[in-house]
Amino acid sequence: MVTQAPNTPSAAVKPIPRIPRKPRAMSGTGGRTAALFLTPFFAVFAVAMVAPVIYAMVLSFFAQQKSGLGFGEAKTSFVGLENYLQVLQSETFTGGIGRLALYCLFYIPCMVGGALLFALLMDAAVARARKLFQLLVFLPHAVPGVIAALIWAYLYTPGVSPIVSVLETGGISLNFLDNQMILPSIVNIAVWEWTGYNVIILFTALQAVPREILEAARVDGAGEIRAAISIKLPLILPALSVIMLFTVIGTLQLFTEPSIISKATASVTSTWVPNMWAFDAAFNRHNLNQAAAASIIIALMAAVLSWAVTRFSSRNKA
Amino acid sequence: MSTSTVSRTPTVAPALPPKRRRSAARSGGFGSTFTVNALLILGCAYMVLPVVWLFFASTKNTADLYGTAAYALGEPAFLENIMAVLNQDGGVFLRWMANSMFYAAFGAILGGLISVMAGYAFDKFQFRGKDSFFGIVLVGVLIPNTATVLPMYLLASVFGITNTMWAILIPVLCNPFGVYLARVYSAAYVPAETLEAARVDGAGPIRSFFSLGLPMMMPGYVTIALFQFVGVWNNFMLPLVMLQDQQLLPVSVGISIWQGYSVPQPEFTPMVITGSLLSIIPLLVAFIMLQRFWKSGLTAGSVK
Repeated sequence: MVTQAPNTPSAAVKPIPRIPRKPRAMSGTGGRTAALFLTPFFAVFAVAMVAPVIYAMVLSFFAQQKSGLGFGEAKTSFVGLENYLQVLQSETFTGGIGRLALYCLFYIPCMVGGALLFALLMDAAVARARKLFQLLVFLPHAVPGVIAALIWAYLYTPGVSPIVSVLETGGISLNFLDNQMILPSIVNIAVWEWTGYNVIILFTALQAVPREILEAARVDGAGEIRAAISIKLPLILPALSVIMLFTVIGTLQLFTEPSIISKATASVTSTWVPNMWAFDAAFNRHNLNQAAAASIIIALMAAVLSWAVTRFSSRNKA
Repeated sequence: MSTSTVSRTPTVAPALPPKRRRSAARSGGFGSTFTVNALLILGCAYMVLPVVWLFFASTKNTADLYGTAAYALGEPAFLENIMAVLNQDGGVFLRWMANSMFYAAFGAILGGLISVMAGYAFDKFQFRGKDSFFGIVLVGVLIPNTATVLPMYLLASVFGITNTMWAILIPVLCNPFGVYLARVYSAAYVPAETLEAARVDGAGPIRSFFSLGLPMMMPGYVTIALFQFVGVWNNFMLPLVMLQDQQLLPVSVGISIWQGYSVPQPEFTPMVITGSLLSIIPLLVAFIMLQRFWKSGLTAGSVK
């Protein structure tokens, strides 16, 4: 389609050659003009991303200490890595990380596997009405996370939920909001929100697979399923690894869904995942320094994870 | 229960090139055609039914919500529910919707333009340190949003702009992924020869961006703006952290407050449900109208 990779000549050109050029040729494509176009973005970037992270880092090395009985002014003092140690030693924080890991273990295979299966089905020669399916499958992505969590919270609530009542007529009584089921229940919300989005990405990648190769495979006697596994799948690995990367980063963002669900059930505590822990530290425990340290830890985890995923997927490609 | 919503699918003519349709007829027996399409319909039912439920639920009053079958229309209370949503707290819901619309449109239009300009510069201009600057943009793409929300709040409270519109309007301008997309679009849509011709004719770089580059990249701009719009509209943690004044809240946070009320006061439940339905209508309409754009955006972001 329209969107080729940025490997056009201009993007591939190495940093400017130091050959003196005629000034006329320089004008309009040089550093000054570029600065003009880039300044707005980098100004916003500095204000909305760099400065807050640096300020949070600074805050995370300090602590407010009340003297004696807690009367009088709180004193701010440098405590080094003390806040980080406290966050990492907090059982609620590490419990949140454990929960998040478990969540990934459920969520990533379900969502990516589901998206892959659905995309392959849509790409199968016998599939009909692809455009309509694409639209319907993408529908949940137009629903904000808050609303998705609200809808599902009602769909999990006995008395309101059609799912619970259908299960009950079948003789199964399942409480989606109890301690055992709450994690899969939240995984399901995220799967619902994100599968369709990734189906579209994978389906587009599948449509770009040259039809001659598939035709050749068919002549050689490969069935649809065989062709899907040994031809289509390897060819869409790049798209799959991009999806993995963004999915892993996305799971660290988990906040909206459990915060909404926490109002419907006691199974979700106020420190259920690391982001909620940081929020709770700032607004309920009023310990901004610890909240800052927790935010930095979350950002670092994201950096390490995305580095690991890119490393892993680029090794796979080679 | 699923058939009512999706059984129409087989009657819609598949938009396939003739070549593929022929091979489909050849290779697929009735069995596999049935299995594949049945699985697709099942998957779509999972995607669509929760939203359909929301619609049915919004037609019921509190008693019917707990008392009637889920996909049955209750004592029709749809209009009553809408009036209740609109009249609560002196029409604060409309204010929330307007706020969401304003924040999202601001981020989409201005933030989109900022991203497009940067992406265009990365694609079309040569300058020292280009790779490192683009590396910074990519790092920005990989930092999870929620990890920067609290730091932003801490910094904003230093400047005393928490609980003001600025606390939302400044962050929504920053869209590193938009820069990445814009670079891809610029490479695909704007031929270097056109810009060269404009330069020869005496147009400066700014003039040629606004009168040539930007119009050529318009589909890309619309796509980036659309994604930014959705991102801002859906954002929950940022406004939750930054804003306390009810008059400034976007609709996502507003509805979550009503949900909090509905735990002790069940009469709020129909309002939460109806409000949710009303709040997703603008996005659903935008997505259906702008299908072509979001599809191309998803493609550009992933095909490397």
